Amino acid sequence: MFDKLALLGFGDGGWGLALLQGAGITIAIALATLPFGLLLGLIVALGKRSENIVLRWLATVYTTVFRGVPELLTLYIIYFGIQIVLQQAWISLGLPGNFSMPPFVAGMVALGVVLSAFSSEVWVGALNSIQKGQREAAAALGLSKGQAFRLVVFPQLIRVALPGLGNNWMVLLKETSLVSVITLPDIMFITTRANVATKEPFLFFGAAMLIYLFFSLISAWGVGRLEIRANRGFATFGGATR
Amino acid sequence: MKGFVRLIAAAALTAAGATGVLAQAKEWKEIRIGTEGAYPPFNNLNAKKELEGFEIDYANMICEKMKVKCTWVVQDWDGIIPALLANKYDIIIAGMNATDERKKQVDFTTVYTKTPIWAISGKSAGTDISPAALKGKAIGTQGSTIHANFLEKFYKDSTIRLYPTQEEANLDLANGRLDYIIADSLSLEDFLNGKGKDCCKKAGDVPRDATIHGPGTAGAVRKADTELKAMWDKAITESIADGSHKKIQDKWFKFPVL
Amino acid sequence: MNWCEYPGYLLGSEVFQNYGCRMASGLWVTFELVVISVAIGFVLALGLAIARLYGPRWAKVAINGYTTFFRGTPLLCQLFLVYYGLGQFRLFWQDVGLWWFFREPFYCALLTFTVNTAAYQAEILRGAIQSIPRGQFEGAMALGLHRWSTLRLVIMPQAMILALRPLGNELIVMIKSSAIASLVTLFDLMGATRLAFARSFDLTIYLYAALIYLLLVEVIRRVWDRLELRLTRHMALR
Repeated sequence: MFDKLALLGFGDGGWGLALLQGAGITIAIALATLPFGLLLGLIVALGKRSENIVLRWLATVYTTVFRGVPELLTLYIIYFGIQIVLQQAWISLGLPGNFSMPPFVAGMVALGVVLSAFSSEVWVGALNSIQKGQREAAAALGLSKGQAFRLVVFPQLIRVALPGLGNNWMVLLKETSLVSVITLPDIMFITTRANVATKEPFLFFGAAMLIYLFFSLISAWGVGRLEIRANRGFATFGGATR
Repeated sequence: MKGFVRLIAAAALTAAGATGVLAQAKEWKEIRIGTEGAYPPFNNLNAKKELEGFEIDYANMICEKMKVKCTWVVQDWDGIIPALLANKYDIIIAGMNATDERKKQVDFTTVYTKTPIWAISGKSAGTDISPAALKGKAIGTQGSTIHANFLEKFYKDSTIRLYPTQEEANLDLANGRLDYIIADSLSLEDFLNGKGKDCCKKAGDVPRDATIHGPGTAGAVRKADTELKAMWDKAITESIADGSHKKIQDKWFKFPVL
Repeated sequence: MNWCEYPGYLLGSEVFQNYGCRMASGLWVTFELVVISVAIGFVLALGLAIARLYGPRWAKVAINGYTTFFRGTPLLCQLFLVYYGLGQFRLFWQDVGLWWFFREPFYCALLTFTVNTAAYQAEILRGAIQSIPRGQFEGAMALGLHRWSTLRLVIMPQAMILALRPLGNELIVMIKSSAIASLVTLFDLMGATRLAFARSFDLTIYLYAALIYLLLVEVIRRVWDRLELRLTRHMALR
């Protein structure tokens, strides 16, 4: 039993350090993707509710495409496809050598685009739950459209959207494992390598689960704090009836 | 935000610069080799994230013979050919069998390993492994290998189960969900000597089918890189003739792999 | 020629024609796994979300632990432990007469997917119910409605407006997650596509798969738009 646990240690033949570095890559790529994906998602959501029919159509197509196309393909297109296009451009511009798409950037863009498509749906749902009267009242008070969004709509929006966005984040955290196909050694990359080298799959899958669980517990705590903050001054049916 | 943009720009430029020197010089001074790092004892990562295995030692020796500097890139099997075509590296050395289907995309060098194929089973199963005898039995192997093609062609009346890696198939044979496994002798021997000692045994040798199994494993290069292929062909043939292939083989295996 | 080879033949794609039948049966595996697990998962999630909000303290803690664990760990690892892990105790399962269940990859995948999606859906429903203002509840009480009637007639119709799109997201995520079933030898649409690619190394096969996925997502989107119109028919939107 204990000699098996040594495989997770930091000594000779222990995979501890490799797993930790993998965990670092996983969390780095997830954190780098998050702001970009959420912001783009909000913009797409506003597009879906726009008065302009072209914008509305574009936003809808965007969501359908990036929710629908398998993430692996999105990643391949950005990593290999854009690589080939940019390399052609690079050479035709007469620049020396060739262009190479950094895997981290490719992973971040691919996951961010997918996250924006999924989170835009959460944003739309939340926007729908805010009655038109709120904006009318804001206008009556003399607030500009931008002010109304920032001061009246957004604080209510974030309160309603948080659980859904929390789900998006949980999905993203685990979806990062896709980047192992483009040479980034994340947790799952290290886990599969350790499995074949040591033939102890239960040990390493168990360890990977614990690492992900650790990240999720921190996230759940963080989202919980944000929810409390967003809900302050708001009595809900769920929270405070007892 | 500004810092972030600068960081990305810098990262992109370094990556571009690092690989930049190569494409112009058609005279190969530096070769990037792609491998999977998940196929012991041919190529796998150890706990220090260093590559080891027969193919790693062998290719490094070939590079010395060719007097070029070689660097290794670890790439998942799924993307291993696309990454070659996208110029992420110049040759694949990853236990890849030179099959006709793959030859549509890439060119193969001279073959450097060719190993026996085995069937293994639970202790009580029979040793007749002809398709007729295995009718209705559950046979497993790794999905993306030539053995899967082989089973689907010749064992149509058996239940064929395809696994992501050999490890999962081995687990299911031990669990009793599978009756037989047909795969490469090297990975199976490992299992029979280790975790499979109590549950399983060798059931028989599987004859090689020329069209499906191909001539053996070889390096894969882009079709345009004919000089590169010629260099490797020459060095591999030399290594087999002068005994340096055998020296590395004896370090990793108990029996010949070519 | 089989019917499933026609699309590839008509599109003039050799690889799509060769692997068309595999992809068709993969699509069926995806369909079975997702429809059954998401439907059972939804019923479970309703109960879990309500118990999580109004149940006794121990139930809240237990459900919290459940959703955190299943949302917090990769489905791949969960399925591995259920199928290969529980599969190691064959003698025990044979004793209790459950080996028929744990022997089959399909049942193991179905079980894992159901408990996983139930955790995600419970969290979506919990958030949606919680966002309904307390005044709604108090109003219903004042009208003399029973607790359960309040939940069913007043709270849920409003909560579903909010939950609808995230639930649609979850359905789509599950459709794509069914690819994980190839870990236990079940080849869904993505599994069949990856196999086709691993053999042919022809990237275009992914594009044909993407078209099928797009079609699925477009159908779901249209159904969801209809549902949303129905749920929000009393509201002035925008």
